[in-house]
Amino acid sequence: MADHTITRGALTEPRWVRWLLITVALAFLALFLIVPLAAVFSQALDKGLSVYFAALHESDTLASIRLTLLTALVAVPLNLVFGVMAAWAIAKFNFPGKSFLVTLIDLPFSVSPVVSGLIYVLIFGLQGWVGPWLSDHNIKIVFAVPGIILATIFVTFPFVARELIPLMEAQGKEEEEAALVLGATGLQTFFRVTFPNIRWGILYGVILCNARAMGEFGAVSVVSGHIRGSTNTIPLQVEILYNEYNYAAAFAVASLLALLAVVTLVVKSVVEWKIKTGSKF
Amino acid sequence: MKLFKVQKNVLPGFGPTMAYTLLYLSFIVLIPLSALVFKSAGMTWHDFLDTITAPRVVASYRVTFGMALLAALVNALFGTLVAWVLARYDFFGKKIVDALVDLPFALPTAVAGITLATIYSGNGWIGRYLEPHGIKVANTPLGILVAMTFIGLPFVVRTVQPVVEELDSAIEEAAACLGANRWQTFRMVILPLLLPSLLTGFALSFARAVGEYGSIIFIAGNMPMVSEITPLLIITKLEQYDYRGATALALVMLLVSFSLLFVINQLQRWSRRFAG
Repeated sequence: MADHTITRGALTEPRWVRWLLITVALAFLALFLIVPLAAVFSQALDKGLSVYFAALHESDTLASIRLTLLTALVAVPLNLVFGVMAAWAIAKFNFPGKSFLVTLIDLPFSVSPVVSGLIYVLIFGLQGWVGPWLSDHNIKIVFAVPGIILATIFVTFPFVARELIPLMEAQGKEEEEAALVLGATGLQTFFRVTFPNIRWGILYGVILCNARAMGEFGAVSVVSGHIRGSTNTIPLQVEILYNEYNYAAAFAVASLLALLAVVTLVVKSVVEWKIKTGSKF
Repeated sequence: MKLFKVQKNVLPGFGPTMAYTLLYLSFIVLIPLSALVFKSAGMTWHDFLDTITAPRVVASYRVTFGMALLAALVNALFGTLVAWVLARYDFFGKKIVDALVDLPFALPTAVAGITLATIYSGNGWIGRYLEPHGIKVANTPLGILVAMTFIGLPFVVRTVQPVVEELDSAIEEAAACLGANRWQTFRMVILPLLLPSLLTGFALSFARAVGEYGSIIFIAGNMPMVSEITPLLIITKLEQYDYRGATALALVMLLVSFSLLFVINQLQRWSRRFAG
């Protein structure tokens, strides 16, 4: 009997240790995650609801919301198409240099956001490779909307691909082979067999890609030029309002992005649960 | 014999999808990144060295890498604790806490930046309890540490957590049978098994902190020589139209990122072999 208790005690921690560990972990998370999240909304509503909504209705803010939506609307679908194509080529076929290619696809994640913006200035800026030609033809890329979109595509580049590659590798290719043997065309096979298997993975990649696309700050800040009402995205608008000491408005606009983050986390958890349980619906 | 060969490549579409992948990768990532290398090749070696070893620049490396290292250490310690608690114990609200760990991934850095700056300022929610004790966080290197800890936290938790979940309980039973107490089992059996993933998370968290910009600049105070990070210095040089200086610093940052990426890849390969 005594032996039995010793063994049980040796496989888990004493109750007080468990409580201590849980308490310390939760205190740390509360301090670093919950307090900041609560602070965003508290600061946003500090001056009351009418100030909050007035800040959101300001014309420069509305322009920044439109620009952010436009940016995400271009960047996310482009990276989605790329992600699906890359995952098909990498997960369903064997070729030399595969792991090197996967590393290259992940590259934008390890580059500092500031450097990600700078490289586009070096190409399209006046001092850049094609800058003089562009300025002769009156085309503006950096310090204008196209530059913002390009920088956003760069920083969100790997999201969909890196979700789909491991998922499709794990699923193998037997189902696709069966479909082809039964006479389906390549596209039919993809849309009727592969797609239902990966759609939660696609959704997962898309929401993470979208959250980053709408929230990117460093890279966009370098290429934006900060022209009010025309080349400011929501995060840049937050910075401007904050630096003007207009804290209520800055946090009101920031609360939109915080809300997006919360929605992203909720959808992400649901999708993770769906993938774990293997649900196709 | 021929049938087998055909069967091997029965799936269509390798050519076009591969071509598109390489084309898109080249135009969005590889060619722009190579611009950085070619642009800095235009500088003389002497100019380049002078730029990247100027006193203000070296001070920025010290604060950037120093604080990133400290933040990664804090995250390694608390991240492992959080991963352990989430994987091993049950408590009320665990699912919500688990989802919340990813908040730094989802919350835009500018929002994190102004929020941290506000709560750690002298009259902020947390700052007002720290300043009477002489601890100033906002506008000091300590603020950089706080921001870097915030953005790096999920990396350690998310690399260590799955490893804890998949630990084979048989080895812990074996340790107990051989007379180890719980602490000995953790230190001598479990911790070595967690080490590869712990190091990977540490390196990921460090790499992210080194390049981070948005969440830091609001809380750092950005005093040259004291609390100015290297990415900010790149932007400062750009705003002064010092494109060469900005490019040289960016190249240094890029080389550091690549080295870290290489280390992380090796670590991941090691942890996979460890797990397998």
